[in-house]
Amino acid sequence: MSKSPSPGDRKFTKTHEWVKIEGGKAIVGISGHAQEALGDITFIELPAIGKKVNKAESCSVIESVKAASDIYAPVSGEIAEVNTSLETAPEVINKDPYQRGWLFSIKNFDAADVSGLMDAAAYDAFVESEK
Amino acid sequence: MQAGMNKTFLYNSHLSLNAKMAPFGGYEMPIQYEGILAEHFATRSKATVFDTCHMGEFLIAGPNAAQDLDKILSCPVALIKSGQCRYGFICNQNGGVQDDQIVYRLEENIFFMVVNASTQDNDFEWIKSNISPRTSIKNLSRKTGKIDFQGPLSVKLIKQLLRNPIDDLKYYHWMHNFYNNKKVLLSRTGYTGEIGFEIYLDEKQTKSFWDDCLSLGAKPAGLGSRDTLRLEMGYPLYGHELGQSRNAAESGYARAIATDKQFIGSHVVLDPGCAHDALCGILIEGRRAARNGDSICDAASAVIGTVSSGSFSPSLGCAIAMGYVKKEHSGIGTRLVINTGKARLSGTVTEMPFYKQATARKKLSDFLR
Repeated sequence: MSKSPSPGDRKFTKTHEWVKIEGGKAIVGISGHAQEALGDITFIELPAIGKKVNKAESCSVIESVKAASDIYAPVSGEIAEVNTSLETAPEVINKDPYQRGWLFSIKNFDAADVSGLMDAAAYDAFVESEK
Repeated sequence: MQAGMNKTFLYNSHLSLNAKMAPFGGYEMPIQYEGILAEHFATRSKATVFDTCHMGEFLIAGPNAAQDLDKILSCPVALIKSGQCRYGFICNQNGGVQDDQIVYRLEENIFFMVVNASTQDNDFEWIKSNISPRTSIKNLSRKTGKIDFQGPLSVKLIKQLLRNPIDDLKYYHWMHNFYNNKKVLLSRTGYTGEIGFEIYLDEKQTKSFWDDCLSLGAKPAGLGSRDTLRLEMGYPLYGHELGQSRNAAESGYARAIATDKQFIGSHVVLDPGCAHDALCGILIEGRRAARNGDSICDAASAVIGTVSSGSFSPSLGCAIAMGYVKKEHSGIGTRLVINTGKARLSGTVTEMPFYKQATARKKLSDFLR
């Protein structure tokens, strides 16, 4: 497992998604820990733009060679953008989970949903406690 | 680690290589080191080593050993010469598959057999109860190390570790050779589709051979890539494509089944009327994988079969699967839909192997230049 701390400029869920607020949108990805645990990612199903999503509900599916996992919306809102480049190159999520490997962004979200999430230190402690 | 799990002779090596470990066949085994895709491609284009010490090895000997094994195995045994080995099934009375194995003829009356880890105890008892009084069987598993050295560069690399020349070793043949002045058994076999070897050594030599392979530049590869590699070749995996209640003939592995002899279960296996399903290769549109147990449907959504194995294929860049469907739906080119529960995946019955560029059957000398 990677020992480097998670980036401090975003929040994290217990289901291992990250959220970064930028330009009024909540950008969502999966954590470095999550991509490492999944192993080589081979497929992603992204949500449709405009889709309404609810916090903690499955809105995307990610597959590695060995397993399939749901991605849960960290906040409620509406899908604004999706990272379509991942559809042909999902391995980017492994290589760069916090930048080029972003999955989708959510607009019209409730700021209170974000403040209830873990910061990087709390998330790293949570990951440690799950081992 | 789960309690009660066995460890192979290389267990500590896997830990020091930071392998992801998981239970398989009663053993704590490495699933991956660097990553399944990297290990897959290293096997196809360079050289990798797999720890296969978990597998079972038996020595079967006696004046009637060949005849006895001909009764127990689906493949021809008496016909094979010393120096050859054959893949075949151990069938039950109903023509189902108790295990798949490779049998080596060491001498006229001495045979060596390699079987799966999880089935080895059952296999041993089954063979013991079906051999004649003058035939003996000995379980060598606990003292025998086994490493699969696979990939186009494995030929040049393994040559550096062995005393005697290997240049004339043909596909599905074996030879005795010497590593560190100790006798080893080397066969040109494997489970990846690439040219390569399975080597059987004394437990004390196993770690040093593994370390030598790595220092020569072979990458360690785990069960994850072993599975994607074998699936691309359409090779069966016990518990998926093969099982006690599945007629061996339905697997379609005709080369493993002799039609000119009787063996346990042959009254079912050799009766075409008993084969209702056929194992198919399915090429799926897109990257999303089907998995073991998913249902296979025809164009009208009627269920016609079940997926036995499925994965993303690293070499093809799309998902592939194997599954059993009713015979009449098994023709090459038949369009199918796989229902994964979450998604419906379109696919086409296709010829296996899925991956056509594998090197296993090529001339060994081509890899020594």
